Amino acid sequence: MALLEIQGLRARVEGNEILKGVDLRVEAGAVHAVMGPNGSGKSTLAHVIAGRPGYEVTDGSITFEGRDLLALAADERARAGVFLAFQYPVEIPGVTNTTFLRHALNAQRAERGEAALDPIEFVRMLRDKMRALDITENLLKRPVNVGFSGGEKKRNEILQMAVLEPRLAVLDETDSGLDIDALRVVADGVNALRSSARGMLLITHYQRVLTYVVPDHVHVFAGGVIVASGGKDLASELEEKGYADFVGAAAA
Amino acid sequence: MTARTTQSWPTDEGLIAAERAADAGPEWVAETRRQGLRIFRDEGVPHAKIEAWKYTGVNGLVGIGFDPQGTVPEVVIPPPPPLAGLEDAYHLVFVNGRFAPRLSDLDGLPQGAALEPLTAADPNPPEAVRAYLGRILELDGMPFAALNTAFWTEGCLVSLDDGCALSRPIHLVSIAAGGETPAMFAPRTLVVVGRGARATIVESHLGATAAPTFSNAVVEVVAADGAVVEHYKRVEGGESGFHTGASAVRLGADASYDGFALTLGGRLVRNEYRMTLASPGAECRINGAYAAFGDSHVDNTTLIDHVAAGATSREIFMGVIGDTARGVFQGKIRVRKHAQKTDGHQLHKAILLSSGAEVDAKPELEIYADDVKCTHGATAGKLDETMLFYLLSRGIPESDAQRMLIQAFLSGALDEIRHADVREALRGALNKTVDDATRNLRDDQ
Repeated sequence: MALLEIQGLRARVEGNEILKGVDLRVEAGAVHAVMGPNGSGKSTLAHVIAGRPGYEVTDGSITFEGRDLLALAADERARAGVFLAFQYPVEIPGVTNTTFLRHALNAQRAERGEAALDPIEFVRMLRDKMRALDITENLLKRPVNVGFSGGEKKRNEILQMAVLEPRLAVLDETDSGLDIDALRVVADGVNALRSSARGMLLITHYQRVLTYVVPDHVHVFAGGVIVASGGKDLASELEEKGYADFVGAAAA
Repeated sequence: MTARTTQSWPTDEGLIAAERAADAGPEWVAETRRQGLRIFRDEGVPHAKIEAWKYTGVNGLVGIGFDPQGTVPEVVIPPPPPLAGLEDAYHLVFVNGRFAPRLSDLDGLPQGAALEPLTAADPNPPEAVRAYLGRILELDGMPFAALNTAFWTEGCLVSLDDGCALSRPIHLVSIAAGGETPAMFAPRTLVVVGRGARATIVESHLGATAAPTFSNAVVEVVAADGAVVEHYKRVEGGESGFHTGASAVRLGADASYDGFALTLGGRLVRNEYRMTLASPGAECRINGAYAAFGDSHVDNTTLIDHVAAGATSREIFMGVIGDTARGVFQGKIRVRKHAQKTDGHQLHKAILLSSGAEVDAKPELEIYADDVKCTHGATAGKLDETMLFYLLSRGIPESDAQRMLIQAFLSGALDEIRHADVREALRGALNKTVDDATRNLRDDQ
């Protein structure tokens, strides 16, 4: 059984059809890169998987570990093991980062029938993960993402992923807006979470990140569908030729 | 129309009897009583055609048949649980307006500080009472405060000599406990803080029963030059609890006032503030937060009157309104002709959680001076959907996510409270209310 199985997926946002029949199969242990030009619908795919309200699925199915993912609300999907790293992490004034992370983890622990971690246990658990991602105490005490730099926000996304240990991680342009040092830290964080039990969907516009996080499969997304799939070499091919050929293929 | 309403509640006979009673009472209270009666007789029960009461109807209150002169049920209740974080405060507890010595704790007051119950029948009240009671709040346009002035029987005095600093907060607790007949009472509080003295006062207005109660309170605060007054108010009224509370504050030169009104429940609550900045360099902060659910109606109405030059005022009110509850905010900043270099800021923000919830906000600037810095703003909207989705996407259940966002939003006002222990104590009370309300939201789904 595949970890994630998407079949014939069509979805609309504000009445416009963005996804026009997506088929994609992600096995546990595999990292899939989804590449495509701006406006191709790849971020929409990420949000539809995560269950964002306002994204209306009109046809097709998403099966996650044999369950109908589309029947679950966003929070239920997350507790089932789906994680979305946001392209634009949301600022939440008044909620500290620690409180936010602890609530998120404890919600998932409750789902698995595990006891909640108290604040002290939680911070102890968090320390190692923070160190690896170069996240300081200070960032934990501040309100979620408020006043964080672009790099801090993205590292914070990866920290959340490290804490929640999802079965499926969807990373929506996590590399965008990062300088090379920040990109390396983020990529290291992603690589550290690669595991035979976990699948990843790495959505990106640029090939650059794929030299740090080497994917098992690469898909080219254009016009709301996957127009080509291949191994990691497909990414280099894209880098040389650009998206034009593939976009043409989608239109044809 | 007004006249007819006045006749119905309280009755003309009642007002005449009250006038006679005032004449027979101690001379120091008779004058203000007569004034209260006169103003109430002139103005009557407020109705929607009176601008200041346009958004807050009191028909529900009048219909219950409260009797301003009636005997308040004598109720024996167990001591209320102390507000977590304020256990070490001086406690003065009133049940249905009557001082409850058994529930109070006044031990350890320092020299120069007085904290005592007050009765209108006292022929020899402390000097501060003679000097200030009924002389800080102007009753025009304040019919309920006029009613309080006409009928109050018990209350309390907080008085600090020059330079006296209280390190522990004072907690004034007023518990409304309805019996077989609707209970109405009129607590009266006077706070007199001497030059350079410091006091922290927390008022809690609580409802202990489901039976109808009406607590019609007046607080007068006089802060002398350089005094520091922290004055925080919490209202948790219960489903049939009505509360109108007028607070009048007069600040001396360089005096500082940090006020907060936290409303967490009640059928109808109106917190009304009248701040007079009559001396240069005074600093006035009056902030508030409210969480209105069910059928609750919460009204915060403030007037900040900049009379003297060079005073500052800050005002932030934030509310969350769910179910079919209603929030009202009326905030007026008046800057008089000679109040140059005034610095005044006001903000009201509300979040509506349901389609049946409603908010009316009326910020007003009335500026007669030409060299001032004044701003005001008001916003109303829903919980931020992007934030909500972010929390959901991390597995946090919707009711928890809503709770977190509501608490975070209201923190924006709560964080303004300068006294750290009180701030956290009130945060605890607020969080509990929001916990309960969002749990109900989940049960409804």
